[in-house]
Amino acid sequence: MALPKIVGIETELGVMVRGTPDWNPVSASSLVINAYVGGETGGLDERSVPIAWDFIDETPGADARELVPPEFAMPPEIETHLVNAVLTNGARYYVDHAHPEISTPECRDARSIVVWDRAAELIAVASMERAIDALPPGQEIVLYKDNTDRKGNAYGTHENYLLDRSLPFGQIIAAGTAHFITRQIFTGSGKVGSELPGMGIGDVPFQLTQRAEHFEEEVGLETTLKRPIINTRDEPHADSQRYRRLHVIVGDANLAQVATFLKVGTSALVFAMAEDGVLEVPMFREPVPAMHQVSHDLSLAEPLALAGGTSITALEVQLDLLEQATAWADQADLDVVGGEEVTRDVLRRWEQVLTGLERDPDSVAGQVDWVAKKRILDGFRERHDCGWDDPRLRALDVQYHDLRPTKSLAARAGLEAIVDDAEAADAVRNPPEDTRAYFRGRCLQKFADNVVAANWDSIVFDTGDEPLRRVPMLEPVRGTLAHVGQLLDESTTAAELLDKLGA
Amino acid sequence: MAEREQKKKSTTRRDDESVEETPASTESGEKLKAELDDLLDEIDDVLETNAEDFVKSYIQKGGQ
Repeated sequence: MALPKIVGIETELGVMVRGTPDWNPVSASSLVINAYVGGETGGLDERSVPIAWDFIDETPGADARELVPPEFAMPPEIETHLVNAVLTNGARYYVDHAHPEISTPECRDARSIVVWDRAAELIAVASMERAIDALPPGQEIVLYKDNTDRKGNAYGTHENYLLDRSLPFGQIIAAGTAHFITRQIFTGSGKVGSELPGMGIGDVPFQLTQRAEHFEEEVGLETTLKRPIINTRDEPHADSQRYRRLHVIVGDANLAQVATFLKVGTSALVFAMAEDGVLEVPMFREPVPAMHQVSHDLSLAEPLALAGGTSITALEVQLDLLEQATAWADQADLDVVGGEEVTRDVLRRWEQVLTGLERDPDSVAGQVDWVAKKRILDGFRERHDCGWDDPRLRALDVQYHDLRPTKSLAARAGLEAIVDDAEAADAVRNPPEDTRAYFRGRCLQKFADNVVAANWDSIVFDTGDEPLRRVPMLEPVRGTLAHVGQLLDESTTAAELLDKLGA
Repeated sequence: MAEREQKKKSTTRRDDESVEETPASTESGEKLKAELDDLLDEIDDVLETNAEDFVKSYIQKGGQ
């Protein structure tokens, strides 16, 4: 029986300072986040100011593979986090290496992810606007929701799925590899040219994804070099006896809400089916080349070689997964993937997008980023009679992802909205009500002065003269409005809340 | 495995049942084209002024 597919997305943003040739990405990232959360400039979200991230339980080097020879299990470089804040909506906003990064709060389903992912975009927009006041006249920090500088440097949009610890890791590899390679046809954000050595604009004028070419391994622990299709980081941020958190690093940053909705919604369905033991997936002969091949194939018709000697297209794999998911949904308890309504919407949109891609990709320009982007670029090429090597096309490619409303091409591309900005604006301040993010966010809203540190699975309180008190939150589906809403409403002090919780 | 691959090849069934379900039907094609023309007009105004320099300066190291 599948467990609830709690999900979250971590987005690393591209960052630039305009108006000066002399700038540093780490400082710029710190400045733009501080502009939002506080620090010297005073913040928009003042209640997030004093909260430190608590690293006590973080073990990014833990490997999901139980027996891995040491030479294959090199722990990744310890992440150097500078600014690091928890927001009142349960999200985390921080500097990771040389990029601003924002992690959504834990969500129960694909629709919630779209709400808090859009909220993250609004937070980035507010940060940029506020940062202007802290910069010399004429300078501006610009954030881009993309995944590569198109010069070989990539940065991630990572998804996280709560899985049953008892699901064998080999099955996760099989399910994930088949889905991640083939879902690219609707999750890709598009890119002009290629970043692979020896590949010119004539070989690959445009491709489906930003990220595919940055993957070199099938399975592994790395995230910054020799990136694997299946990442084995074993850090559940939850009860490790019961749960695994699958850290998915292959995805593109999406501006199209339907693409985000389907990226998460279909993946949650695939892993729920795997947990129920009903998922059947093909095995590719060479997964890494297949991943690149799908990204490079604008016809969506190229056969991918299977281990058994036959072949299949990405579209055929996705249509088959859709068929399996539809059959599963008719007999499963859909609460694990967010309930009947959202699941039917995932299945309906999945079918619409696949059949649209099959017949006429331009018909899904409102739903799929690479199609929306390519449509603009094709129109531009025709109007200005230029080839794919025109630098203006590369500029448009980057500018599609510019988060400034005045410059964003995605905002002008006619993308379909699943949630409106009023709902997303509410989610900038408030957490989801149906995961432990509710408890985290409400505690910050109400008792920020008493919270000394927080992370995904605990909050540390200082209530005055007693020792610091840590509230563990090892169950991601507890700490919801239904569980603790009344307790939080009735508590006038943090001490009272902790006493009522028995912490 | 062979049996499943056989099944995957036969996608004709789908073609029969979902002809009318694309998000953008043909009659909206003209509208879409007009919207694209408007967008391209706007792009000529919002496009980064020195595209070549902008693209060269877009460097993002140190990511995951």
